[in-house]
Amino acid sequence: MLESMLYILTNFPLLLKGVVIAIEITVASILLGMVLGILVAFLKIYGSKPMKKVVSVYEWIFRGIPQLVLLFIVYFGLPEIGLNFGPFISVVIGLGLCSSAYQAQIYRGAILSIGSEQMEAGLSLGMSKFKTLFYIILPQAVRLSLPGFTNEFTIVLKDSPLAYAVGIAEILKYGRDLIVTSFRPFEIYLACAIIYFVLFQGFYYLFRFIASRYEVPGFLITEQ
Amino acid sequence: MLLSISNLSKSYDGKVWALKDVSLEVNEGDFLILLGLSGSGKSTMLRCINRLIEPTSGEINFDGIEVLRAGNTGLRHIRSQIGMVFQQFNLVKNLTALTNVLTGRLGYHGSVSEFNHQDRELAFHCLERVGLTSFAYQKVKNLSGGQQQRVAIARALMQQPKLILADEPVASLDPATADSIMQYLGELNTKDGITVICSLHFLSLARKYGSHVLALKDGEIRYQGKPIDIDEQRFKEIYGQDAEEVEIR
Repeated sequence: MLESMLYILTNFPLLLKGVVIAIEITVASILLGMVLGILVAFLKIYGSKPMKKVVSVYEWIFRGIPQLVLLFIVYFGLPEIGLNFGPFISVVIGLGLCSSAYQAQIYRGAILSIGSEQMEAGLSLGMSKFKTLFYIILPQAVRLSLPGFTNEFTIVLKDSPLAYAVGIAEILKYGRDLIVTSFRPFEIYLACAIIYFVLFQGFYYLFRFIASRYEVPGFLITEQ
Repeated sequence: MLLSISNLSKSYDGKVWALKDVSLEVNEGDFLILLGLSGSGKSTMLRCINRLIEPTSGEINFDGIEVLRAGNTGLRHIRSQIGMVFQQFNLVKNLTALTNVLTGRLGYHGSVSEFNHQDRELAFHCLERVGLTSFAYQKVKNLSGGQQQRVAIARALMQQPKLILADEPVASLDPATADSIMQYLGELNTKDGITVICSLHFLSLARKYGSHVLALKDGEIRYQGKPIDIDEQRFKEIYGQDAEEVEIR
């Protein structure tokens, strides 16, 4: 037992090297998902009827495909038609597209709960629709979407080991390398689990703290 | 004449008419009170004037401009000259009173960073007009309902408007606060000469502050004239035979 713990501790620094890349993958995927998600949310609320249909199909598709399948399509499939992104970008595209479909729902809910009154007030001041969205609605919607966003961020973080499937050296890959030489899968995978758990909790509390600092009065951010 | 509306109609679904053939004229300096039951078309009419709601047919002339023929830019210019006060205040609650008042200038500026010294001075002046200078840096969420409505009035004032549209500005306030809010609107009307169109539910307030009254029922004009001339008979025409007038004081 004691020996196992010592083994985990001595190899911890090597596993931690994978943490940086895991965070990079998560942040990049979340950002891509955010940009697309906000766009989809706005189009779904303010777009024309055909546009609403198009983005609905988009959401429907990317919520229905498992990330790993999407990742393989991007990494192994797209080079066939000349689109070669490399492993890191492929992972970001795969996770980002899936996440965008879920993030769109989060932002749509947040924008809708701000209510039409704020839009009405903005328009009545002589502001354009875009300006009202950008200066009045969006800053408030961002705060409201923080709890949902926290959830989504931690989900993407937990999906990041999928990068291992296309050969990216993240936490799990370093763990695998250690196991090949030491044949101690239980200790190593346990160490990986602990690292992911700590990362998950760390980000969860960080975002929860931010969310409570910036909550919109009247909209209580409750325990998840 | 500041505002003239002729044959204004609005239907949301093509079957039921929220406004039917409404015509009226509002002179500069008038304080017009809109009366009528909930759903009689008061809000629809106010929102048709600055086209927050698109009328189905009719004509609106504001300060010599045909409102319904205005393009996007023209419409924004018209809206920037018409202040609006809402029942639920429609302020950004997490921002300070001062910032909320400054947003009244957003129709004139490109972005928030463009607020200059004069704007801030004007914003303070507007807050002073509603007696809230000491609350300038308070977040709106910490203010009472009456104070929030005063911030909303200051925001409308910040637009330096020719006309203020008030959509049941006192409906969510207690009677004493309601009266003080009407006093502020009345002051803008008498001192600054800003024309006000205000929908109300209390006849007592209409009599006290209104120079003219227009009563709607089922989207049609039922009465148009001086508030003092609304007697028992007219009251029942507007609100129905079974209605009783509720007096606050």
